[in-house]
Amino acid sequence: MILSLKLEAVSFLNIIQPLTLEIEAGPSTIILGANGAGKSVLMRLMHGLIAPTSGAVLWNGSDVRRKQAMVFQRPVMLRRSALANVVYALEAAGERDAQPTAMAALKEVGLAHLAHRPARVLSGGEQQRLALARAWALHPEVLFLDEPTASLDPSATREIEAVIRAFDASGTKVVMATHNLGQARRLGDEVLFIHQGRLVERAPVERFFKQPGSPEAAAFIKGELPWD
Amino acid sequence: MAEFLSVLQQPRLWEIVVLSLQVSLSAVGFAALVGLPLGAAIAVGRFPGRSAVIVLLNALMGLPPVVVGLAVYLLLSRAGPLGSLGLLFTPGAMVMAQTILILPIIAALSRQAVEDAWREYDEQLRSLGVEGVRAALTVLWDVRFSLLTAVLAGLGRASAEVGAVMIVGGNIDGVTRVMTTTIALETSKGDLPLALGLGVVLIGIVLVLNAGAFLLKEAAQRRFG
Repeated sequence: MILSLKLEAVSFLNIIQPLTLEIEAGPSTIILGANGAGKSVLMRLMHGLIAPTSGAVLWNGSDVRRKQAMVFQRPVMLRRSALANVVYALEAAGERDAQPTAMAALKEVGLAHLAHRPARVLSGGEQQRLALARAWALHPEVLFLDEPTASLDPSATREIEAVIRAFDASGTKVVMATHNLGQARRLGDEVLFIHQGRLVERAPVERFFKQPGSPEAAAFIKGELPWD
Repeated sequence: MAEFLSVLQQPRLWEIVVLSLQVSLSAVGFAALVGLPLGAAIAVGRFPGRSAVIVLLNALMGLPPVVVGLAVYLLLSRAGPLGSLGLLFTPGAMVMAQTILILPIIAALSRQAVEDAWREYDEQLRSLGVEGVRAALTVLWDVRFSLLTAVLAGLGRASAEVGAVMIVGGNIDGVTRVMTTTIALETSKGDLPLALGLGVVLIGIVLVLNAGAFLLKEAAQRRFG
């Protein structure tokens, strides 16, 4: 177990103001906020892609990199087949007999029939599902998702959300950034509301939407994004 | 027309063609050997003066062949620092001059290709725990067809230039006479059929090479996306 994840007074330039929080195993966590609020940066700090300007990101345990995965807003695929993209990730993680595991992951996201197609010619939705398959194959303890459906149509979005639910059901801790209220409701158990680089509110999804505890959150839910 | 066709059957013409290809392909080989890793290293490296190096490299793509020829001439002349090698007016000197001429082209174009890919791949690869040499190799492998284009650009430049090989080779019949220097010489002598014949062969070679590269890239695009 590498969770819980502790952020201690973590800041990043002037994008994230010193922030302390703990992410525990279990409920799906949604990082909610407007564009430019700092969601992506916060997630990259957690995942270790960028180092905090000050403060510390503390995981509990070892081999931390191997036990987490991240899916980006725009999937990055290598110039090789869909299957080979998943195999690459598994081999990078030290897996030896990667092929069957990779194939099983493609089946899980409904891409088995496209296994031998070049990954980069797949549609946006298919590429994003492939990115999820790549993460699925790794059996991560924590999965970070950075607005994974932001550039997808509704039907592709539904497919992606189904896979995210499968991750949750399989025991993977889901941490997802989104500005989509519906998606936050559908997939989240708790909400971290970020506004201008500050953690303004943390609440269970139900309560957050029914009784937001801060004026910023209330305005965001109503669709009145405060810009000042 | 008959005269033109008879020129194409002269063994002398084909000797010139073969020497031209030997010189330019050797130069491309050496320049690629140094230029590709150099370009990749500049693309992913972070060091002081990096921007200046990139500007310099891009500027050197337009290096005038006669200036390179002159510099190599001075280097290899009797009194020059490398005079003892006795390379001046040999194909070796021509290879050296062309290598210097096209090294910046190959390095600058591969730097651009690798840097673009690196920017796209960097976070994803680090997320997968792939770093260092392994990440570099992954990126290089993925841009291999763009690197081929960089190498071909170098070959095009090498096989078309006349200034550098003229100065350091001396255009000696049967020793250092290549297509471009022959065309220059025969034109000034008034032997237009030979000049024209060589011109056609030269353009033909460049066309075939580029068509080959284009088809390969197209096929790769379809296959790998």
